[in-house]
Amino acid sequence: MNTDIFLILCQDGIVNGAVYALLALALILVFAVTRIIFLPQGEFIAFGALTLAMIEEGKVPPTVYLLVVLGVASAVVALWLEPTKNRGWGLVGLLLETIVAPFALLCLTVWLPSREFGLLYSVVLSVAIVTLMGPFIYRVAFQRIADASILTLLIAAIGVHLALTGLGLYFFGPEGSRTTSWVSASLQLGALNISGQSTWIIGVTVVLVAALYLFFSRTLSGKILVATAVNRLGARLVGLPIDRSGRIAFAAAAFIGALAGVLIAPQTTVYYDSGFVIGLKAFIGAIIAGMVSYPVAVVGAIMVGVIESFSSYWSSEYKEIIVFSLMVPILLWRSYSSKHVDEEE
Amino acid sequence: MKKNETRYKIDRTTEETQQVREGSVIRLSTLLVLILAACSGIDAATAEVKIGLTISTTGPAASLGIPVRNSISLFPTEAGGEKIRWIVLDDASDTAKGVSNARKLIAEENVDAVIGSSTTPVSLALVEVASETRVPFISVASSPRIVLPMDEKRAWMFKTPQHDFVMADAIAEHMAKSGAKTAALVTFGDSYGDGWLAEMTRALEKAGIKLVATERYARTDSSVTGQVLKVIAANPDAVMIAASGTPAALPQKTLRERGYKKPIYQNHGVANTDFLRVGGKDLEGTFVPTGPMLVAAQLPDSNPTKSIALDYVKRYEDTWGPGSVATFGAHAMDAALLLEKAIPVALKNAKPGTPEFRAALRDALETLKNVPVTHGVVNMSKDDHNGFDNRARVMVVIENGKWKLLQ
Repeated sequence: MNTDIFLILCQDGIVNGAVYALLALALILVFAVTRIIFLPQGEFIAFGALTLAMIEEGKVPPTVYLLVVLGVASAVVALWLEPTKNRGWGLVGLLLETIVAPFALLCLTVWLPSREFGLLYSVVLSVAIVTLMGPFIYRVAFQRIADASILTLLIAAIGVHLALTGLGLYFFGPEGSRTTSWVSASLQLGALNISGQSTWIIGVTVVLVAALYLFFSRTLSGKILVATAVNRLGARLVGLPIDRSGRIAFAAAAFIGALAGVLIAPQTTVYYDSGFVIGLKAFIGAIIAGMVSYPVAVVGAIMVGVIESFSSYWSSEYKEIIVFSLMVPILLWRSYSSKHVDEEE
Repeated sequence: MKKNETRYKIDRTTEETQQVREGSVIRLSTLLVLILAACSGIDAATAEVKIGLTISTTGPAASLGIPVRNSISLFPTEAGGEKIRWIVLDDASDTAKGVSNARKLIAEENVDAVIGSSTTPVSLALVEVASETRVPFISVASSPRIVLPMDEKRAWMFKTPQHDFVMADAIAEHMAKSGAKTAALVTFGDSYGDGWLAEMTRALEKAGIKLVATERYARTDSSVTGQVLKVIAANPDAVMIAASGTPAALPQKTLRERGYKKPIYQNHGVANTDFLRVGGKDLEGTFVPTGPMLVAAQLPDSNPTKSIALDYVKRYEDTWGPGSVATFGAHAMDAALLLEKAIPVALKNAKPGTPEFRAALRDALETLKNVPVTHGVVNMSKDDHNGFDNRARVMVVIENGKWKLLQ
């Protein structure tokens, strides 16, 4: 191995790791606020990327119909679960979120073909469609059982994962897609060929980490999320809207997932089931951070990306084994080094 | 006295219950007999040939199975004056599911033959079911191990896709002819890749080419930079990528991005339009050995498969849209065409739905001679349950985003 190969592998690992880092942030966010180990996180990547691919092809992505169905379903669930909250202005807000917004997006995708508006419009539209799915999924699948044990929530998450993967196959078919690159320019630095797309990925990751930091430390919504994460019962006792926190967390997770999806779509082929493996690797990053610390998760996820890149060079046959075996020493170290606190149930 | 009374009571009650039970048993069995009679009555009225399919329309091999499912509406609906009914089940690319599907089709639907499955691992498991239940099976997976070496068990198994080694030889011969001395192989890290590694190692050795690098990757990998750097470091004269469907595009795109300019070969598993769509301009000049069906329109008119393949392509694209046709669906079409030829022969000896008919169908399949299908001309024999010769493969090059036949 020479320096050139070493540098290229590092670069490849960091770019992949940045995507894992984005997802790891979303995983920790969802877990902290709702205690859900959010397995379907990866599905948002596939949905985001493939929705963009379909819009680019000039087709109406079926995800937008799914969004309308989910919206109606979550309106029904909301009215059934908390009829008292949803009166007057509450009802207006609910209908705006669950009925009007999805239909608006549907009209946009059907009536305003994106080709004339360029790439940015398609990207924003795809991300919007997938982001809105997040809170709907929370309302339909999790809100009712928000106080259940972590295991129950995990099982519900597995159910959502299977449902979304099946829908993905039905919507997008078994073959993958690629989208056009955002920037065709690339920078030649010695042997390193830095593509514009990878700069975008790194840039977005950095911006998102900063944005999350500001959101949690400077905004009221962010502080409510932190409070819910620190002590769910306490947050409820002082009257914080913990259901809304859950929905915000899911919206953020879906947003991050969709963004990661549209970012990697020009770099690699995305399949209906691509998200799961990417999500698993992000999960390793989140585990390294103990499902708590955002900066450690970013470092951990990038480490996973770099190790993956190097092991695919040295021994491509055992790449996945090497990456997932990493979990064992890390879990051992974590379970011996951290003070064990019994989970309040 | 009292004791006796009680005992009498108990006896009576048991007797009563027994009577009730007997009554219900009789009623139930009458009902059952009536239903069965009704069913057999229907059967007798329209004695049809039932063919089951167990294919992978979901799971990792869905891109192979979905074109098969889409082709079923184009299958022949009758043969030798009997109606054919096609019953399709999805095995989710899973071996256990495939076996239980096959058993279900045989036990519950009493099928006369089964087409399936889409992948090699599932098809290998079905060999056991075929020989045990004595039902002829036609696999649409590619590994030669499904029907070779021919033995007592595989006697019930047939297979329509060309053997891998036919394609591997075509690639190695083409490499040797264009002057390559060294080659690298990039393939999946699973049993599919293992099969190709073995076939390519053999074929390259025969052609006098040295295999200098072997790299593996997974279908859903988002980056293969590491593998590609290793291949480029070995500097081979040609690279062979053995993968199925759109995942085969990623290594090729990365190779081109990293400046590899020498010839790249793909295998017949990529032969669908999605591959061209995803690969884009990085696929220009790629060599692909495949069945003639993919370039049917470019075949000379003298080619016996041309009209059949063109007819299939036309009817498929009329139903599923232009550019939707894939070679995988045509393998199932070939299985259906073989059955269409064999059923009239078997009908002379037995009635559908009987073990005799299934045995006759197997014998008829084995003696098919000179049957043109979409992928070539089939000549079955006792030892060859695939039946293709070199007419079942052509070398194709990708030019301007289209498949072009190499003369």
